[in-house]
Amino acid sequence: MGDVKVPALRGVTLSIDAGEFVSVIGPSGSGKSTFMHILGCLDRPTSGQYILDDNDVSRLSRDELATIRNQKIGFVFQGFNLLARTSALDNVELPLLYRGGMRTSVRRDRAKKMLVEVGLGDRVDHHPSQLSGGEQQRVAIARSLINEPAIILADEPTGNLDTQTSIEVMEIFQRLNRKSGITVILITHERDIAEYGTRIIHFRDGKVVSDEPNSARRRANSESEYVATNTAAVGLDPIRSASS
Amino acid sequence: MSLIVILRVALKALARNKMRTTLTMLGMIIGVAAVITMVALGNGAQQQIEEQAEAAGTNLITVRAGNWRRGGVSMGVGGAPTLKVKDVEAIREQVPGIMYIAARVNTRDQVIAAGQNWSAQIEGTDVEFPLIRHWNIEHGTFFTETHVRSAAKVAILGTIVRDELFGEGADPVGQRVRIRNQSFQVIGVLESKGSGQWGQDQDDIIVAPYTTVQKKLRGRDGTNISGISLSAASVDEMQAISDQISEVLRVQHRLIPGEDNDFMVRTQEDMVSFRSSMTETMTGLLAGIAGVSLIVGGIGIMNIMLVSVTERTREIGLRMAIGAKGRDVLMQFLVEAVVLSVVGGLIGVAVAFGVADSLTRFLEWPTAVPTDIVALSVGFAGATGIFFGFYPARQAARLDPIESLRFE
Repeated sequence: MGDVKVPALRGVTLSIDAGEFVSVIGPSGSGKSTFMHILGCLDRPTSGQYILDDNDVSRLSRDELATIRNQKIGFVFQGFNLLARTSALDNVELPLLYRGGMRTSVRRDRAKKMLVEVGLGDRVDHHPSQLSGGEQQRVAIARSLINEPAIILADEPTGNLDTQTSIEVMEIFQRLNRKSGITVILITHERDIAEYGTRIIHFRDGKVVSDEPNSARRRANSESEYVATNTAAVGLDPIRSASS
Repeated sequence: MSLIVILRVALKALARNKMRTTLTMLGMIIGVAAVITMVALGNGAQQQIEEQAEAAGTNLITVRAGNWRRGGVSMGVGGAPTLKVKDVEAIREQVPGIMYIAARVNTRDQVIAAGQNWSAQIEGTDVEFPLIRHWNIEHGTFFTETHVRSAAKVAILGTIVRDELFGEGADPVGQRVRIRNQSFQVIGVLESKGSGQWGQDQDDIIVAPYTTVQKKLRGRDGTNISGISLSAASVDEMQAISDQISEVLRVQHRLIPGEDNDFMVRTQEDMVSFRSSMTETMTGLLAGIAGVSLIVGGIGIMNIMLVSVTERTREIGLRMAIGAKGRDVLMQFLVEAVVLSVVGGLIGVAVAFGVADSLTRFLEWPTAVPTDIVALSVGFAGATGIFFGFYPARQAARLDPIESLRFE
């Protein structure tokens, strides 16, 4: 077979402003995952540059990238990637451990507040196996938010969820984006999920085939049954309580 | 990440899989428990030797005829009739600092009384024997100078011989026993002394005047003896006295300089150190074998950690995605391995104490757990954890986050 280099991305030049809600869409093999890995500082481009917050991060060391991931980026995955046999609270707390310099009680408080934010105030001690898919994804979102990141990178976050739960998750993203100004980058292959974003970037064969503002933006918060919760930690709006 | 946080992360990871954690620790538990129990047994035996030596009298010196080697041929102790009665006199006159001294002639023979018979060690000795050996008479009396001079056929029985021939606890004083078809009068019974330094039963003995054993039982002319027992006035002078005895005997036996001694002088101290070194060798050997199980336990930990790294690839990927550096992952897995080995080691210590206690309580084996070995084996367990935990931990730290997150 030999080593044949197939570039996953070619000639992609684009910029994303703070506070955008960008949906990246494309079929599998289109390069959208590689794009996300580079944006998420999980991978480095073989050539070219990635400027994040005015810094070229494409040539940073593994450890430096780890610090950026920890402090600037929140990840949400299709498979949730929660630690099994570990309480929701411990899962949410995890990024704070790697950040360091925080007392245990402060960490616990913050993680608890974050779970309240995503409507899981009464599921703090539940293990992932005791939670529904939607609840697990909300724990994962709480985890991604705990370090107050500038960017949320969501890789097929609704891939394992049913339609109703998907809408609930998208509603959380829209709310974070609108009220807290967090940049959301959503990777998906479903057109209707992509339409929750303000801008849709279409990938095919490692290239951007279209990059346009989304004129037909969908809104997830049609049913307004919000309960006021403590939002002091990250300045988020209250999110629908799970008890409702 | 601070060490305390890493420790907590590691503990939580271990708690997540209790069965695997327990099984992995088992290797360390058994290894450490085995090492400590073996050393405790050796140590207990050592202490018992010292106690027995104390009881036997630390000022005891024995001279034996013959030597291990003579002209390249091993003679065996007592194998050569080189000691004479006049050697005893010479030592008594020329060596200062001797408290008691007695010639010895011993043999082994069948003893018959009232239809019972028993094979016993027959110790021919002199009147100072009870003083040298700190051995009291339970019934009757010990023999006197007159008995020795006249080679009288009198016997003092050890409790085992008494029990076998006359029944347990009986007072046979005044009765007669037959040895080699000669009738001996029982004039006393020795107090029970229990097992001796070499594990033999000291009470399985008949004591008679050495002259009697010489002439009546061994058919000798009355000048050859098999040994001399003596006690020094002071424990501090043991070595000096033992050297002087050698001097006197060399002159007595007309040995030229450079010629080997045809006798052997042993102090109680020599015997203790000889037995101690034997016990130490044994303990070392057993502890060494047990130590192998510690290494096997360490390899067990490495195995489980390698499996664990593969099994937890996604977890590692996730930890890296949310900000864990290679060092954090390495430390987590290394700490997990060390916790496994050290906690296993500590449980092993507890098990060892329990086993040692049971051995003493139920089997009456003497044990003593030495603290330095406890510290050493827990330390060794920890070192094993680091050594065998490092490779799997490095494997984990080198994983690529993207591939790890995709790992099924």
